[in-house]
Amino acid sequence: MPALDGKMLRVVSGLSLCAERGQVTALLGANGAGKTTTIECAQGLQKRTAGSISLLGQDPDTAGAGLRARVGVMLQDGGLPPSARPIPLLRHIAGMYQDPWPVDELITRLGIDAFSRTSVRRLSGGQKQRLALAAALVGNPEVLFLDEPSAGLDPQSRQMVFELISELRNRGMGIILTTHLMDDAQRLADYVYIIDAGRNVAEGTVAQLLAHQLPAGAGEQHIRTLLFETRPGLDFTDVLPDGVVVTEARAGSYAATGALTPSDLAALTAWWAARGIMPSSLSLEARSLEDVFLDISGREIR
Amino acid sequence: MTSVPAGALAGNAPPPGPGPGSAPAPLLRRILLQGKYETVTMLRNGEQLILAIVLPLLAMVGLTVTPLLDGLGSSRINVAVPGILALCAMSTAFTGQGISTGFDRRYGVLRFLSTTPLGRTGLIAGKVLAVLAVLFLQVLVVSAVALMLGWQPDPLGWLPGLALLVLGAASFTALGLLVAGTVRPEATLAITNLLWILLGALGGIVIPAERLPAPAQAVVHFLPSGALGQALRDAFLDGTVNAGAVIVLLLWTAVAGGAATRWFKWN
Repeated sequence: MPALDGKMLRVVSGLSLCAERGQVTALLGANGAGKTTTIECAQGLQKRTAGSISLLGQDPDTAGAGLRARVGVMLQDGGLPPSARPIPLLRHIAGMYQDPWPVDELITRLGIDAFSRTSVRRLSGGQKQRLALAAALVGNPEVLFLDEPSAGLDPQSRQMVFELISELRNRGMGIILTTHLMDDAQRLADYVYIIDAGRNVAEGTVAQLLAHQLPAGAGEQHIRTLLFETRPGLDFTDVLPDGVVVTEARAGSYAATGALTPSDLAALTAWWAARGIMPSSLSLEARSLEDVFLDISGREIR
Repeated sequence: MTSVPAGALAGNAPPPGPGPGSAPAPLLRRILLQGKYETVTMLRNGEQLILAIVLPLLAMVGLTVTPLLDGLGSSRINVAVPGILALCAMSTAFTGQGISTGFDRRYGVLRFLSTTPLGRTGLIAGKVLAVLAVLFLQVLVVSAVALMLGWQPDPLGWLPGLALLVLGAASFTALGLLVAGTVRPEATLAITNLLWILLGALGGIVIPAERLPAPAQAVVHFLPSGALGQALRDAFLDGTVNAGAVIVLLLWTAVAGGAATRWFKWN
């Protein structure tokens, strides 16, 4: 990783990671992998028993209001009082800061005006998430923690929230999010840590992770997977270039992954034509982060 | 990816985002804000208002129309009112505050607010402030009604009486936080309501020890309810300060406050 000149978050407790300003850093892992524990230690909500954490150069366990004012937190359960109404609640939280984000702008930006007269307990899951995000942002923080930000969001809210997160990143905010949704990480994150059983098992940019375990030289771009079914036991080593990995997951069910080119496809279909092979199914997919995640952390449910 | 139009994020105001603006409001302002917010929340909660105002007023009227307190002081109302003020402190500081803190804990409100500049200490300070503000309103209402019913407090009783109410509120707040921070909110609801009824009836708070069954008489002086009730009666009936009761209340505050600090779970 590049040098971070002190503006970083580092968690060491069986795992080690840092997040930079102007980047979205994702902690990706299955439920119970230790994502929330890790970021709650960084937020000072849980006391760590070992290791060290530096948040904007300070220890979150001993830091005071000065540090808390620079850090915005959106908890997984929201943490908003059920009887409160959105606008008075946001104004109340804004009062804790010297120079808050104007509440009216936040309300418009996150579409909160649509439900401003409804008490928190009557809001839908997505409305609660948007309000919790507003509450995390109202202090105009330099670092933003988001614990499962897209939980309960409908597609429109998700788009709204993702666009806002991207903009904030572009303005230099350091954003740390946890998620078990590959799609979140793939769409938002500049750098991803895959967490499993309290350890980080893989890390890198989304492109790097997508190229994970592929032969060197496969490149990071345009990774595709060609899925096809035909007669079992075929050997494609002479047909496809070295950068493309072919696996036969079930008998006759093949997946060829790599930086596939049009000539690779032409070579493959020509090879089939020469042998009179007609696949029973054929599809081309982008390799997803989900595949990487499952490759690394195993496919069993825990 | 389309680019975002300039100003979409912030309207015409200076662009928000990371910058030197991320500073906390001054400590005192944060605490006052939280105190005000919690006070309004308490006053808007109907169940809490019944517990804080309606039931104490009903108890006061009940004690003046029954002969329960006859012979203990110059008049029924004079004996009744100090105990009712003590009951008000128990309603707000112990039961009301305990229940709201218990549910705030369940919903993660305590955790969220402790990540803002308010912090844990500011949060507790705000709650204490809200208890004092509601107690002040209770004293105003109860005293006004009591004066209309013919209450004649010893003028020398006001200063020690108000100080004792604050001390009583401190011990009951510590006890309420101890319960709210260690058990589930449903259990907090049950425990604090049950204790309010038990201590209200038999804890020496509105009915002095000498009118209670013999087994209760032995212990009520050592309970925060009995100590506060008796100290307030001594203050408003005779203008005296009951040092023993003050020590009992200080001990309860220290022990419950220490235990709450040690065992309070924020999540």
